[in-house]
Amino acid sequence: MMRRTHPALSAWAWLVYGFLYLPILVLIIFSFNDSKFGGTWAGFTTKWYGVLLAREDVREALTNTLLVALSSTLISTVLGTLVGLGLWRYSTRFRLPLTFLLVTPIVIPDVVMGVSLLMFYSLVRGGLELTGWTFENGFWTVMFAHVTFQISYVALTVRSRLAGYDRSLEEAARDLGASSVQSFLRVILPLALPGVLAGALLAFTLSLDDFVVTYFTSGSGFRTLPVLIYTSVKKGVTPDINALSTLLVLVTVVAIIAANAIMRPRPGRRGEA
Amino acid sequence: MLTLRRFFATLGPGVLWLAVFLIVPVAIMFGYSLLTRTDLAQVGGPLTLESWGRVFGYDALFREWVPDNLRVLGRSVLIAGFSTLLCILMGYPLAFYIARQPARRKSFLLLLLIIPFWTNFLIRVYAWILILRPFDLVPSLTATFLGMVYAFLPFFVLPVYSSVEKVDWRLLEAAQDLGASPIKAFMAAVFPQTLPGLIAGILLTFIPALGTFVVSDILGGAKTALIGNLVQNQFGQAGDWPYGSALSFLLMGAVLVGLWLYARSAGQKGLEELI
Repeated sequence: MMRRTHPALSAWAWLVYGFLYLPILVLIIFSFNDSKFGGTWAGFTTKWYGVLLAREDVREALTNTLLVALSSTLISTVLGTLVGLGLWRYSTRFRLPLTFLLVTPIVIPDVVMGVSLLMFYSLVRGGLELTGWTFENGFWTVMFAHVTFQISYVALTVRSRLAGYDRSLEEAARDLGASSVQSFLRVILPLALPGVLAGALLAFTLSLDDFVVTYFTSGSGFRTLPVLIYTSVKKGVTPDINALSTLLVLVTVVAIIAANAIMRPRPGRRGEA
Repeated sequence: MLTLRRFFATLGPGVLWLAVFLIVPVAIMFGYSLLTRTDLAQVGGPLTLESWGRVFGYDALFREWVPDNLRVLGRSVLIAGFSTLLCILMGYPLAFYIARQPARRKSFLLLLLIIPFWTNFLIRVYAWILILRPFDLVPSLTATFLGMVYAFLPFFVLPVYSSVEKVDWRLLEAAQDLGASPIKAFMAAVFPQTLPGLIAGILLTFIPALGTFVVSDILGGAKTALIGNLVQNQFGQAGDWPYGSALSFLLMGAVLVGLWLYARSAGQKGLEELI
């Protein structure tokens, strides 16, 4: 393995890293800028964070965002973990189509997922109206949509965590007299746990960050923070949005570092990635 | 062996969920693309290929081909293609740099790459307004390109990196020992080994770039409208769901064909590593 790197290559790499972090740094700096119009530096202030926390709509969007993220993560972690275990435990000739099914939510453009769910919900609502019952797009429609793109991430993280373990572990547990539920709870789950936690953290982050799918499935009365940011940005840049963005970036950074630390003992691809 | 009972205990619920919330909606979307718009956001029969005709540039009323209608499609491909090219220029060398660092430093550099990747897409795009506005570059095509590259660069670097990490460097030494110039040795011995990652990276950049509406919406303005913007508009102001469905289906078709081609060349393992 050659460790030698050409100075030009190093310089290029650091330039690219600079490019990746410049906008985030500018965002953080401007969130402390004591100027209503951004553009120039007018001294340090934390008042925008105060302005932000005083806004009723921001608090409501924050509650919505957290509720959606927590409940969708809970559901997708259970479903995704089971899928991950199944992928690891059983060999089946449906393996390729299954992988394809799991990869699809990750690779299809989110706008496609958003609009197809929008039509799905509208059709379901139309059908339900015939029975005299109805629903509005809001918490439930957004939350179910989030679960749909989260499952794959959890499943693949769990599977990559288990990839190094021998499948006969479960058989060994069964031979020693454990029931299938016992062998799952006492042997397999503890092994998979770091993958489950990392998957759950990633799912949570994905839900917090999602704008496009939420935008199409939320209807008019229900807003999450990314939707609120979008609406504000369309109206014009305001400093309290910088503060809100900075806070969201901070949450993401903490979640990613935590997921990374949990996965470290046996880094899978998503663990490193 | 995967029995039916085991299937329902493990894979079943998740697969069922994806069937209901992913496959059924996509099937519905296909159905809608064959209907006609009757009123704002209302659809009805008869079944027609009109929306599909419009996607490929046919005028709805005169049944004649108006290449002008393909402008957005063409522009999308051009903008997404050029953004992908910029990602290759920036990201391909970066993948080599990361792959050739000592292990500890490597995981730190990867983490640094991942943080923007997981940071809210909208915020990442929005941050460029703050930088470019003083230069009077919002909205502009330049801003769109910057936003695109910034949004998709990590998607490109990660698969390339995983290919570069597996490169057998002895081949490079062998090529050089046999008298090849450094560039020739690289192209003959190393470049082909990175090809699977490069193709995955291009797919993962080009496809989302085709579909995004946020970047051009926030940074580009009306002149840089892409397929994604066109779709968004059909489900917003224009209220033409059949046309929007046909466009979305085209977009998704492009993705799945790309994915299928990739799965064929890289196999099951390659498909799993894409993630």
